[in-house]
Amino acid sequence: MNKTLNHKAWVFVLPVVVFVAFNAIIPLMTVVNFSVQESFGDNVFFWAGMRWFEQVLHSERFHAALLRQLLFTGIVLAIQIPLGLAIALAMPRRGPWVSVCLVFMALPLLIPWNVVGAMWNIFALPDIGFLGKLINALGFHYNYTRQPLGAWFTVVLMDVWHWTSLVTLLCYAGLVAIPDAYYQAAKIDGAGRWAVFRHIQLPKLKHVLTIAVLLRFMDSFMIYTEVVVLTGGGPGNATTFLSIDLVKMALGQFDLGPAAAMSLIYFLVIMFSSWLFYTLMMRKEER
Amino acid sequence: MRLRYLVPFIYILFLMLPIYWLLNMSFKTTNEILGQFTLWPRKFTFDNYAKIFTDPTWYWGYINSLIYVLINTALSVSVALPAAYAFSRYHFLGDKHLFFWLLSNRMAPPAVFALPFLQLYSAVGLFDTHIAVALAHTLFNIPLAVWILEGFMSGVPKELDETAYVDGYSFWRFFMKIFVPTIAAGIGVACFFCFMFSWVELLLAKTLTSVEAKPIAATMTRTASTSGYELGLLAAAGVLTIVPGAFVIYFVRNYIAKGFALGRV
Amino acid sequence: MAKISIRDLRHSYVAKPTREDDWALKRISLECRDGGAYALLGPSGCGKTTLLSLISGLLRPTEGRIFFDERDVTEATPEKRNIAQVFQFPVIYDTMSIHDNLAFPLRNRGIEKPEVERRVGEIAKLLELDKVLDRRAAGLTADGKQKISLGRGLVRTDVNVIMFDEPLTVIDPHLKWELRSKLKELHHRTRRTMIYVTHDQTEALTFAEQVVVMKDGLIVQIGTPVELFERPRHTFVGHFIGSPGMNVLPCEIKSGQAFIGEHAVKTVEGRPSGNKHLELGVRPEFVSFTATGLPVDVIKVSDAGRFRIVETKHAPHTIKLLVPEGTEIPASAAHVHFDPAHTQVYEEGWMIA
Repeated sequence: MNKTLNHKAWVFVLPVVVFVAFNAIIPLMTVVNFSVQESFGDNVFFWAGMRWFEQVLHSERFHAALLRQLLFTGIVLAIQIPLGLAIALAMPRRGPWVSVCLVFMALPLLIPWNVVGAMWNIFALPDIGFLGKLINALGFHYNYTRQPLGAWFTVVLMDVWHWTSLVTLLCYAGLVAIPDAYYQAAKIDGAGRWAVFRHIQLPKLKHVLTIAVLLRFMDSFMIYTEVVVLTGGGPGNATTFLSIDLVKMALGQFDLGPAAAMSLIYFLVIMFSSWLFYTLMMRKEER
Repeated sequence: MRLRYLVPFIYILFLMLPIYWLLNMSFKTTNEILGQFTLWPRKFTFDNYAKIFTDPTWYWGYINSLIYVLINTALSVSVALPAAYAFSRYHFLGDKHLFFWLLSNRMAPPAVFALPFLQLYSAVGLFDTHIAVALAHTLFNIPLAVWILEGFMSGVPKELDETAYVDGYSFWRFFMKIFVPTIAAGIGVACFFCFMFSWVELLLAKTLTSVEAKPIAATMTRTASTSGYELGLLAAAGVLTIVPGAFVIYFVRNYIAKGFALGRV
Repeated sequence: MAKISIRDLRHSYVAKPTREDDWALKRISLECRDGGAYALLGPSGCGKTTLLSLISGLLRPTEGRIFFDERDVTEATPEKRNIAQVFQFPVIYDTMSIHDNLAFPLRNRGIEKPEVERRVGEIAKLLELDKVLDRRAAGLTADGKQKISLGRGLVRTDVNVIMFDEPLTVIDPHLKWELRSKLKELHHRTRRTMIYVTHDQTEALTFAEQVVVMKDGLIVQIGTPVELFERPRHTFVGHFIGSPGMNVLPCEIKSGQAFIGEHAVKTVEGRPSGNKHLELGVRPEFVSFTATGLPVDVIKVSDAGRFRIVETKHAPHTIKLLVPEGTEIPASAAHVHFDPAHTQVYEEGWMIA
């Protein structure tokens, strides 16, 4: 689209800027404020410079939470992206069943996150939950409230259950956008199923897959409510990911300095990813 | 029926299982839940639902949630409309940077904002109000709405605007009578996603409220911790939170594919 | 290469067709000779794309049979029919180079490498793409990509027929002419059976040896471009082909002679079965001004370069004629004469024999 240069357009954008700035800039300023100061109670503050940042960056607790987070995000991405894509590929491209399927698949995405956590909390209990009972009946000794491995398994399974549909819906929309002529030409050229996937579907899904990967990366990096309701971060800190660790620090303590510093580091990691996201997306659209 | 259609079928079965389990529990008494393991209720009861519909502490939770979600959706989408139009049709000073900054807020971890928001909204006297949560959610819903709407608007050629001006329409008349109906699908998609993200987000909703505007999520957690495990009640409450979402999807089912097709979620 | 025979083909997109309108193709029988260039010409909705899809095997016909040489291929899939198709928009494999695009169909069939290279080189030369074989196919312009689509059909030696589904739709107008000539040249050089679907008469008339004019799911006339022009067998063919189209006026037959109102008009021999809905058709090229004849009023004169289009009225009908440069055009009242050898009588739209 040929956009015309018009600085008066700022009037249109002003309401948005006001709302978002109110919610973003003021709190952020507060956080920055806290992150470079030290308090000994009674609202007395002293300049602390980079002290909190160094403390956080060197703290074992932070490292542990970060590592757990990275592991979690890695596992979850490795499962959800191929799985979501596979399901999208297996869906019919047309027909009466399509909207029915899409409606059912979209359902987990609309369940409040605490209900998701609560659902799985009970669903996976070894005594009164269907899943818990099933796994134990199959011979495995499974109790997510006590076993770190069990907890990880349950948390990952819950996230897969919760979010794979996002990937599927995105990929499905991308697939349906491929004109029939491509499939017809491939048929005529004698291409097999794998060749069709490799040379037609995958290239045309690049844009959509990029979005899916980056969205899932960011959202899984910020995960909080579902995990807290399911395991509370435990057993111990087995499933204490970055957000959970941060909230524990921030809402439980007097000195907000370290929490604020960690918030900023956390935020910067995500900012960097969103910059990556933005650049990649814009580059694709310029083509 | 091709064999590969089994895949989505099994997947949907997997998705419905925990929901079924919740449904199952909601129709049982807490005794039955804790006492025996049954795949369907032996003693079918509506008591849990009855409690929720008659006890104000419970049903107000839903009403509160609905209130702030609807306020938020209306606010986010209406404020986003002119902004999206500006991004779609004009170049202006700092436009690319502004767009990026907006998007970056969508990527902000709510956890980072929990405490600062508490302080901010308390300071302006909005703690424990629906407006507070509605406003707080605009942090990530407005950028999302702008992003989605801009995508749809870019699909409408500028010639439409120009023709309307030549025909004598004033800007606002053109916008309301011609432009908005053209992107109705986009508005629908934006509303859907705003509703969805506001309905499901709970960290901020709980942090900013205590009694007056308490969302259903807070009521549910309170029940879990204070009065022991009233599982049947919890289950019924959970099922009822799924209902609005199901309704919304049903109504926008024809737009789901289109909305995701833009790739702008 | 193959001869294509289509026998009594009928097709409906509706599961249980009841009315005539439910049928996209009402009854088609057609013989395409081996190595011929055919065009399926008609307005949107006439069934030409349906017919193309049935021949290529992308659709299964509701009724009727299709034969390639003597082989009944009605039930065969597109791969088994050995056809190639060029679509409305270029279909290429974006991730591969031009060379690999052309080689793709051969490699899928397990052809040996030296043979693949030979064929690809040969066709690339024909298409003038031999210098850019290593470039990524995605970087080409639309006409280049269409050439690759065509090339993928030409590399295969076992292709029975190449189908074109409005291939010039996305090509820039100034390149259309070039690509059109190229297609005709390629047909001459390779002598493959080619079937070209279009709604554009210029494309059809320049490319094809035989044009199949279709309307509402039926074949209206098959003939060479000249035949269609000079001897349109249906008023629709007269309208559709030629610019401006044929003049059509209602007439009557009295004692073997055609009359427009009171005026006798000499026509090509023919006897109608009844006297209902008779029309007289004559192309503007074969109408001229005379001293005596059918009286008309001159309404409008348009300049079309080497000749002028004169619109006249013999109330309430319009008669157009083409007048070459330099010839005098009467100011208002005039008389026109129809060339008897090119004036036909039509009954219910069809030319009487």
